[in-house]
Amino acid sequence: MTAQPLLEVENLSVTFPSEAGPVAAVRRLSYHIMPGEVLGIVGESGSGKSVSSLAVMGLLPLRAKITGSIRFKGTQLLGQSDRDLSAIRGRRISMIFQDPLSALTPVFTVGDQIAEAVLIHQKISEQAAMDRAIELLELVGIPNPRQRATAFPHEFSGGMRQRAMIAMAIANDPELIIADEPTTALDVTIQAQILETLDKARKTTGAAIIMITHDLGVIAGAADRVAVMYAGKPVETGAIDDVFYRPRMPYTLGLLGSIPRLDIAERSPLTPIEGSPPSLINLPTGCPFTPRCPMRIEKCEQVEPELLVLSASGPGHAAACHRSQEIEQQNLKSTDVFPAPVIGEPEASTVPRAQREKVLELTNMAKHFPLVKGAILRRRVGTVFAVDGISLDIREGETLGLVGESGCGKTTTIMEILNLTQPASGRIMVFGKDTSGMSAQDRFSIREDLSVVFQDPLASLDPRMPISDILAEPMQTHGIPATERANRIEELLQIVGLRPEHASRYPQEFSGGQRQRVGIARALALKPRLVVLDEPVSALDLSIRAGIINLLEKLKTDLGLAYLFVAHDLSVVRHIANRVAVMYLGKIAEIGDVNRVFDLPAHPYTQALLSAIPLPDPRKERARRRIILKGDIPSPANPPSGCHFRTRCQKFAGELNDQQRQRCIDEEPSLMEQNGPGGDHFAACHYAESYAVLDDVAGKVTQ
Amino acid sequence: MGRFLLRRLAYLIVLVVIATASTYFLAAAALNPRSNFEGRNPPPPPEIVDARLSELNLNDKTPIVERFNRWISGVFRADFGLTVDGAPVNDEMGRRVWVSLRLLLIGSLLGTLAGVAAGAYSAVKQYAFTDHAITLVSFVILSINTVVLAVFLANAGTSFNNAVGYRFLYNTGEYAPGLEDWTSAGILDRVQHLILPSMVLILQGFAFYSRYQRNSMLDVLGSDFVRTAQAKGLRRSKALIKHALRTALIPMGTFFAYQFALIFIGSIFVEKIFTWHGMGEWFVQSIQKNDVNVTAAIGLFVAILVLIAGFLSDVVTVALDPRIRRS
Amino acid sequence: MVPRKADPDSRSRLVLRRFLRRRLAVAGLFLVALFFVFAYLGPFFYKWQYNQLDFQAFLQPPSSSHWFGTTQNGFDMLALTMRGMQKSLIIGLIGAVLSTGIAAIAGAAAGYFSGWTDRMMIAMIDLLLVLPSFLIIAILSPVFSGKTWLIFVLLLSAFQWMITARVVRSMTLSMKEREFVYAARFMGVSNWRIILRHILPNMSSFLIIDATINVSSLILSEVGLSFFGFGVQPPDISLGTLINDHWQSASTPNGYQFYLPAFLLILLVLAVNLVGDGLRDALDPNAGIGGDR
Repeated sequence: MTAQPLLEVENLSVTFPSEAGPVAAVRRLSYHIMPGEVLGIVGESGSGKSVSSLAVMGLLPLRAKITGSIRFKGTQLLGQSDRDLSAIRGRRISMIFQDPLSALTPVFTVGDQIAEAVLIHQKISEQAAMDRAIELLELVGIPNPRQRATAFPHEFSGGMRQRAMIAMAIANDPELIIADEPTTALDVTIQAQILETLDKARKTTGAAIIMITHDLGVIAGAADRVAVMYAGKPVETGAIDDVFYRPRMPYTLGLLGSIPRLDIAERSPLTPIEGSPPSLINLPTGCPFTPRCPMRIEKCEQVEPELLVLSASGPGHAAACHRSQEIEQQNLKSTDVFPAPVIGEPEASTVPRAQREKVLELTNMAKHFPLVKGAILRRRVGTVFAVDGISLDIREGETLGLVGESGCGKTTTIMEILNLTQPASGRIMVFGKDTSGMSAQDRFSIREDLSVVFQDPLASLDPRMPISDILAEPMQTHGIPATERANRIEELLQIVGLRPEHASRYPQEFSGGQRQRVGIARALALKPRLVVLDEPVSALDLSIRAGIINLLEKLKTDLGLAYLFVAHDLSVVRHIANRVAVMYLGKIAEIGDVNRVFDLPAHPYTQALLSAIPLPDPRKERARRRIILKGDIPSPANPPSGCHFRTRCQKFAGELNDQQRQRCIDEEPSLMEQNGPGGDHFAACHYAESYAVLDDVAGKVTQ
Repeated sequence: MGRFLLRRLAYLIVLVVIATASTYFLAAAALNPRSNFEGRNPPPPPEIVDARLSELNLNDKTPIVERFNRWISGVFRADFGLTVDGAPVNDEMGRRVWVSLRLLLIGSLLGTLAGVAAGAYSAVKQYAFTDHAITLVSFVILSINTVVLAVFLANAGTSFNNAVGYRFLYNTGEYAPGLEDWTSAGILDRVQHLILPSMVLILQGFAFYSRYQRNSMLDVLGSDFVRTAQAKGLRRSKALIKHALRTALIPMGTFFAYQFALIFIGSIFVEKIFTWHGMGEWFVQSIQKNDVNVTAAIGLFVAILVLIAGFLSDVVTVALDPRIRRS
Repeated sequence: MVPRKADPDSRSRLVLRRFLRRRLAVAGLFLVALFFVFAYLGPFFYKWQYNQLDFQAFLQPPSSSHWFGTTQNGFDMLALTMRGMQKSLIIGLIGAVLSTGIAAIAGAAAGYFSGWTDRMMIAMIDLLLVLPSFLIIAILSPVFSGKTWLIFVLLLSAFQWMITARVVRSMTLSMKEREFVYAARFMGVSNWRIILRHILPNMSSFLIIDATINVSSLILSEVGLSFFGFGVQPPDISLGTLINDHWQSASTPNGYQFYLPAFLLILLVLAVNLVGDGLRDALDPNAGIGGDR
């Protein structure tokens, strides 16, 4: 029985006019999706994945030129009037957007907006529509739905807003749901909840889902089939296992090889893909991946490869590469195709940790903010306990990863350290000196040894200054003479892999990866001993991250730097850090050697966190036992008594008896050594119990 | 909450007090009511002038602080003192406030409504001919200052009358003498006098609001939530009117609040050119006639209105924008 | 998904290119330049001076010898207009630079330093907004005659900067949280250097546009004040004094005395506004509805 495809896209091309020339955002995209299946569309920025889905919905701006064919159950959608398409949108095909805060109208209640979705397509009373809205809110797991329906979008947390969006999308039992980066803006544990909700929505409505994302882990767990897009075109499509385990296109190979793995302890350097995704204006002829492809041949520059089905692979597995047959025959892996750099181990690591000098030490550090309400009448209504007493230290040459979700206090922690002032309580010692006694002069001289790299390379470089000025600024401030500055600038550019002629250009002229290199160069200008890095690769495209991570590792080794590395992406932390501290709501839940903590996490939060992170390994993903936490992260202004984590803790909700629970409510746990002394593994839980979360595979179990 | 409102109120009151006191001191120091009397021919004897000035609390020989105290204690009793002609300020102000209101209310309302509608329409049909036309017209009108516009309209009215052959539009005064009653003839007469000055306001209001509303709408039109509304199945026009317009009105709230609070102050230009005896005219005259008490009174009045306007704009913004409200 | 430029184009060249594409804006700029020439160089080429009386031509309509006609006293209207325009241009330009300058420094200081500096600045702004500017300038107008009319410009600017300062303050508040400012702070760069080197330059498009708007606002403020005899004082001449002197004859056959300077005034303000509009589009172009995705 050959079923009809639900949606058939053929040779879809979308071009936007722009100042600099026409932008070919989507180029001859073809795919189809069957009823009830989940198709993943993966790509980086500029790949055209979002534009293609907006084209299906007919929501592209008027100036976009669209050609090709989009058939929904046989009916052509392109060229239809707004009126006809409106009848389909929200009813047969619905869409979930990335940022639920901006995607919901701020002036109407959530209930009204969901009811509106119903009222547009069904002739029922307003009351009936509201009832249905409340029913939907309950379905997607929002507690107190009747009350919550009268709230405004900004009063919901990110996860709840996204659930409301899902509710809106399934209101009329659609046949196809397009989810455009539905979890990108969310924390990891919340992401796990939303993916579960989405799955539930799918089972309830029987709808097919197009899942658009750049996160390969999410796709591995959710999709049946996947299409990998690059520069507006699909470069590889096929069943999920085929594409992930037997990629046949160099881009896919490189991408899969460049992602740091959470579940693998081996510290081999990542295989980076050189260069960055091309500009879509005036694309040269031939394959757009050519400049970055180690397997390129002359033909690649002349003829753009077609997406051809591979003969000896699974059904529907197609790749767009002139040499994919070769890759298939030789079963090439990413390490075969992409050269991996060799990075040694830093000198300092030969000296045992306890004997090395401490570059940073926090003792019971706390930072509180007054909670101010109201825009007009500002009044203090409470305190935000952003950081509530943490202790850690970093030795020379060592990298400490600081991880946690929103509201955990990691950003506040580094800001406190960088400010070099006395914290609300506790103590900060930088290079052996206490910050509370420091004069302005002391601080100024310490700043030569302490530098910072920020998350967003575009925002961290002044757009009005050329690179040379940006790099010169720290040196100028600390009195380094002009001639020496010029030499050092050249040296710095070389260290980070840029060319000297780049010095006269402006940040906007560079790609994201190059800008971050400039940011790193600036941080190195004064030869620091400790570098604080705040999510240095989160804002970068996947294929570029590996290059930056490798650079950071190399610099660490060559220059003997210590890093305080803040990240929410645990796989990056595992790759680059020696030790890791997991924060939750202003406190450290678990700290220790990175492999110990990740292989055998003891604190329930760490376990849930690791369990929630999707791995780019479909088989493993499907088989994993997941711990899904209930509820949202509590507000740091109102942390729970005793153990901060108890309100969401799976142990608290499950295995403990009442007496044990009482201890969690009354007594705040302190960091205790796990698995025997000398193992450098501490967790703050009364009932800590290590187990290997990442290897736990026995189907999905939710709390 | 109550304590905070009180603190804010106290702050506002301090501002009003400083503004009023400054106005009084400035006026009392710089203006010279004595010269009004001395300028007469024949000049009255100094003792009589002194006596008269003291009566009016305008005597420059009395220390300023003393005059101020006398004036301000009057204000607390809601008595603003006497004008330089000896009439009670209260009565005059009471009359003139209503005149200004009658002059400006309709024109402002119509201008605002027309402007908001045109701006919204312009934004939706961006780059269409109507958009360009409205933008161009607004632009030109905003470049014409009020005096020129008023004079031009006043004369246009006369030309219109000549063309029609009948004196339909009036460009002087609020009503014809004898027709001040609210009979149907009286009302018609008032309307005829109101048309030209209102046109000034309508044109300016239209120009101003159409530009700002257009910009505000354009900012909102690209928003994600408009796209979501369409993704739900709303037709584009409905999505724009229901979701975009409502959100785009939020920043306009401040403009509305200030505009409508300040109507009571009148317009100095329109009133002079069309000879309406409202607050604006009075203000300028008071300076020219060295009428300290009136100047100070109007200064106080303006200060209070500006602060009410500020407060009103906060209220309106909170009413329109639930993000600022806290339950 | 922002397409990267194929070749490095410096920012100012890009801005210039965008500006030149708006023909109306270019026309406006051209007109403003023309007005400068007209006001300052015109008197050298025209045979009548503004203070010359022609006893043989009282209240004459425009003719070949008196291009704009004459007044009741025999002054040449064109000469008067040129002279008046000089004042208006200077008031507009100097005043705009002053008021935008004050607004930038005050607003940035308030936003950056917060605390007491901020509270005092806001209090001062509120106070100045509440004080009757019209009254103060009106009362002080006898002081403006002769060389000291620059005090008039100062006063006008003093009452013009407040709203812009508020906007600069809120822009500074958000810019303060931007990473490149943090980077500079954590490098040890001093506060005022950060304000002058990082914060204000990144608001330059707003400040330039604001200055342009101020030019036309100030020109119009002057006209309004002079209309009541409060601004520029005789024997000085400005477009405002001319309008004040002659508006009542607008409906008479001698209306040219009003309409001609009024028309030039409108044209000047329009030209300045066109330039401002063009600058805004060139410096911060909107991406259009929906943008690129």
